[in-house]
Amino acid sequence: MSISRTVRVVAIAMLGGLALAACGSDSGSGSTGGTIAGQPCQTGSIKASGSSAQKNAMAAWVNAYQTGCAGATIDYQATGSGAGIQDFINKQTAFAGSDSPLKDADRAKADAMCAAGPAIDIPMVGGAIVLAYNVSGVDTLVLPANVIAGIFANTITTWNDPAIAAANPGVTLPAATIAAFHRSDSSGTTDNFTKYLKNAAASAWTYDSGKEWAAPGGQGAKGSDGMANAVTSTANSIAYMELSFAQNAKLAVASVDNGGGAIVPSSDTAASTIAAATVKGTGNDLSLSIDYTTTTGYPIVLVTYEITCEKGGDAANVPLTKALLTYTSSDEGQGKLAAIGYVPITGDLLTKVRTSVSAISS
Amino acid sequence: MSTTVEPATAGTAEPISIHGQAVRRGDRIFRGVSLFAGITILVIIGAIGIFLIWRAIPSLQANTANFFTTSAWFPDQTPNPVFGIAALTFGTLFTAAIAMVLGVPVGIGIALFIAQYADRRLASTLGFVTDLLAAVPSIIFGMWGLSFLTPHMEGLGQWLNDYLGFIPIFRNDLNQYSKSILIAGVVLAIMVLPTISALSREVLTQVPRSTIEASLALGATRWEMVRQAMFPFARPGMISAAMLGLGRALGETIAVALILSASNVINWHITEPGGNTFAANIALKWNEAGPIGLSALIASGLVLFAITLVVNTIARGIIARHAEFRESS
Repeated sequence: MSISRTVRVVAIAMLGGLALAACGSDSGSGSTGGTIAGQPCQTGSIKASGSSAQKNAMAAWVNAYQTGCAGATIDYQATGSGAGIQDFINKQTAFAGSDSPLKDADRAKADAMCAAGPAIDIPMVGGAIVLAYNVSGVDTLVLPANVIAGIFANTITTWNDPAIAAANPGVTLPAATIAAFHRSDSSGTTDNFTKYLKNAAASAWTYDSGKEWAAPGGQGAKGSDGMANAVTSTANSIAYMELSFAQNAKLAVASVDNGGGAIVPSSDTAASTIAAATVKGTGNDLSLSIDYTTTTGYPIVLVTYEITCEKGGDAANVPLTKALLTYTSSDEGQGKLAAIGYVPITGDLLTKVRTSVSAISS
Repeated sequence: MSTTVEPATAGTAEPISIHGQAVRRGDRIFRGVSLFAGITILVIIGAIGIFLIWRAIPSLQANTANFFTTSAWFPDQTPNPVFGIAALTFGTLFTAAIAMVLGVPVGIGIALFIAQYADRRLASTLGFVTDLLAAVPSIIFGMWGLSFLTPHMEGLGQWLNDYLGFIPIFRNDLNQYSKSILIAGVVLAIMVLPTISALSREVLTQVPRSTIEASLALGATRWEMVRQAMFPFARPGMISAAMLGLGRALGETIAVALILSASNVINWHITEPGGNTFAANIALKWNEAGPIGLSALIASGLVLFAITLVVNTIARGIIARHAEFRESS
């Protein structure tokens, strides 16, 4: 009795093992008859990881791709840009999502991993960083670059400060202390926001840009959702966060004035800033240099990249990776972004993105 | 154990044991198993220590600031990484100290009430509820602390500043009372309560009936009996309960990460936003850290590991001293 039960348990365990092994061998990709956005479907499964800023965009794309192309499995883990790049270098993933292009030290390792060709940064998802605030009675707020820097550097500490009042004629500002929130965790949003402050308001912002908040004072909150909660629950507060979080929490957002008049943050106004960015990468590497001092578009933007091998990637992963990125850079793929709070890549830059994607081969 | 004779072959005449061979083999196996378990824990602790040191070295070599006296945390800054544990050590010890000051008296009070004062039905209900508190995951405490306690403690912070502001630690120069070390300390105090009260209750209920009755028979009031008969007996147990609580307070991660404003500064004003702890810093920085950043976080983890070892060693020392007193008296 007990022996036969043991045998049965072992048999079931072995069957389970076989089933798992069958699943495991399912990776790699091939093609089937279907099409998505005019391109033939690829099947198989790939893994990717990285930036949490592009998590929702990637989720929407993966969902659309897997629905349109049965047999494709794409697993994107929003582990953070740093971890995503390390996973990619360690050959754990087919591509990495990142808030910033590869740094020199990582680029050398990634190029070495790709062997046959360099690792390339492909801008895919844009975002707008907005200043969400909670001041009762203030429905519209305009903040010049140096005032934003002053608020977050703790040199402008009350809402009725003359510098804020001068930019907002006709608005009654309370004599309350400003509760300025920054990210307490390391974050690409902080990195891009401080890059803006450093470039557009160098005289008022004397700190370095980076993923860690460097200025004194203010309060920290964890994650963009934590920032949105903090603004909702704290009177007289202001915080920087990605557009979608401010929209979801229904927070008031400030217009930004770089010297050419106030510009309301939106997908369109941010898209023009991103489209005007200059490419500083070489060949098919499209790492960008954003003009934060622009007066024609909304200036506080971020671009997240997909990082993969131009040549020499794992042959099993390349077809589906390329097909996915072809889809995400298509009009249909980019068209999904604005509705979920992101900013699409447009204009000449989008053409360059498509050229880079088409150059990917194993 | 040392008297065990090792038989060369099975079935030889061994006059000592009534049960014969079987017990000896069982003894030996059991000795081996428990020895293995004992060695395993040493190996694990040693392996963790070696891992932490090994992975910490690259960042400590790259660091251009003093690791022990610097407060800032910019390990991924190029070309000159700057980071140190001064503010982290301060925040970790300070929040844990607040948790101990608030949590230990209340925890022991709960235990004493359950063991001595409450009637049996109330005692068992209360015991159950405090144990239940131990099962609440720390993320729940964090969310509760952030969205409920933080706004509701601003009044207390204001009151402390208005009436006790002459004491430096209660003064608030920023007129902002949320996300402070005090709030984190209060949440930690609540989190360590069940550990302290459950263990203290166990040792307090183990005080011999005869000791209690002797004390009462000599004319002691109930409080005098508790002080003179129960506390001396239970003290080592209560201290180790507090130390287990302290261990949780030192290492608590996500609740603190959610609540604290997490700025790496040393600020004695406990109602002002700010402060950071080792565990919270690791949780907040890990995802986006580069190679030096990861190594720096591991180095800070090594310090936390060392602090907990030191704290536990001190606690062992205290318990051993009190145990001697008890035996000699």
